[in-house]
Amino acid sequence: MNERPSFLLDGAEVPFEPGQTVMQAALAAGRYIPHLCYHPEFTPHGSCKLCTARVNGRLMAACTTPAESATEVDSETEELNDLRRTLVQMLFAEGNHFCPSCEKSGNCVLQALGYDLGVMTAGFRHFFPDRPVDASHPEILLDFNRCILCELCVRAAREVDGKHVFSLAGRGLGKHLIVNAESGRLADTEVKINDKAVEVCPVGVILRKRIGFATPIGARRYDESPISAQALADAPRPLERSHD
Amino acid sequence: MTDLARRKLKVATTSLAGCFGCHMSLLDIDERLFPLLERIEFDRSPLTDIKHCGPCDIGIIEGGICNAENVHVLREFRANCKILVAMGACAVTGGLPAQRNHLDLGLCLQEVYLTDPGVAQGMIPNDPELPLPLDKVHPLHEVVKVDYFIPGCPPSGDAIWKFLTDLIEGRTPKLGHGLIHYD
Repeated sequence: MNERPSFLLDGAEVPFEPGQTVMQAALAAGRYIPHLCYHPEFTPHGSCKLCTARVNGRLMAACTTPAESATEVDSETEELNDLRRTLVQMLFAEGNHFCPSCEKSGNCVLQALGYDLGVMTAGFRHFFPDRPVDASHPEILLDFNRCILCELCVRAAREVDGKHVFSLAGRGLGKHLIVNAESGRLADTEVKINDKAVEVCPVGVILRKRIGFATPIGARRYDESPISAQALADAPRPLERSHD
Repeated sequence: MTDLARRKLKVATTSLAGCFGCHMSLLDIDERLFPLLERIEFDRSPLTDIKHCGPCDIGIIEGGICNAENVHVLREFRANCKILVAMGACAVTGGLPAQRNHLDLGLCLQEVYLTDPGVAQGMIPNDPELPLPLDKVHPLHEVVKVDYFIPGCPPSGDAIWKFLTDLIEGRTPKLGHGLIHYD
């Protein structure tokens, strides 16, 4: 007759299975914590910090923090949402995120988070970096301007596709996405159009060619409902465990 | 607020490095212009053709900053408007004109006026009346303090209406799902 272990999220009880992270338990319980580099199918990366929550008073990434009994987690607070807005603003200022000409617009996780958090401006001075695109592959476009260094493509290639196609190189401001080919061109890698790594990009970096506007602007994923609602709809929900 | 409630609010608008698309979107509030005009009157604006703005309650600016004249106009607005609003992607982010920012301005002019056939008579325009282009295109907030931002290319008439009615009624303007758009 063991009680399921649980923690408090914004004052309400969230049950968890041993081994789950705070993020996994929250999503499974139908509770949304904003996140960007976390994806339920891959090893958590903990780099974007959008999911930062106060766990027993300390700022922790919810996607990498193991759920523990009797902890208090605060996520939906003005303080944390302010920090999240700032993180989204910095990502917009750092790359070239020109939504009006981006074919990912409406399906973009970064953009949808901005909408949901109410980010009205990048606020900071825009970097306007010079990042030429790689159009070498006949079926896949690589537009580095929009890369947010979430490593989802790196993880998907490694964990699902079983290949080493993408990697991050450099450090700090010089950090950038590279592909595994002597020439540095996507066409000379092992990447294939149906790879998970191609599908998983949350922003408009890895794009399938020739389908850009098949779904018109205005009829896209995050036009339907905000990302906070869709993340919950998508969350893996284990079947209710029968009581021991 | 009682003072504001009694008299009409003065509103100035202008388009800097923009395409007037946001002004068209402002007109897209359609018949709601009538109730709006009971609450506001326009000062400097392409709609009135007044050339300089006097003291205003709200200044709404479309377009980013791409030349010296843009900077003067923006500063005139900031000096005269209690509340300054950046309307549309170009005012908020630099937008389309800012797509030249990673290129050398001299090379851009050379490409357009000298290399590319058909434009002008093989010279870069240099009439002293023409405002000098800036090295880079800037969003408004990089030059003056901006109080509110309405993203979108352009923001929809509904978004502009929601923003203006919130502001005029003294609420904090808030665009919810479906009204906030970056594209």
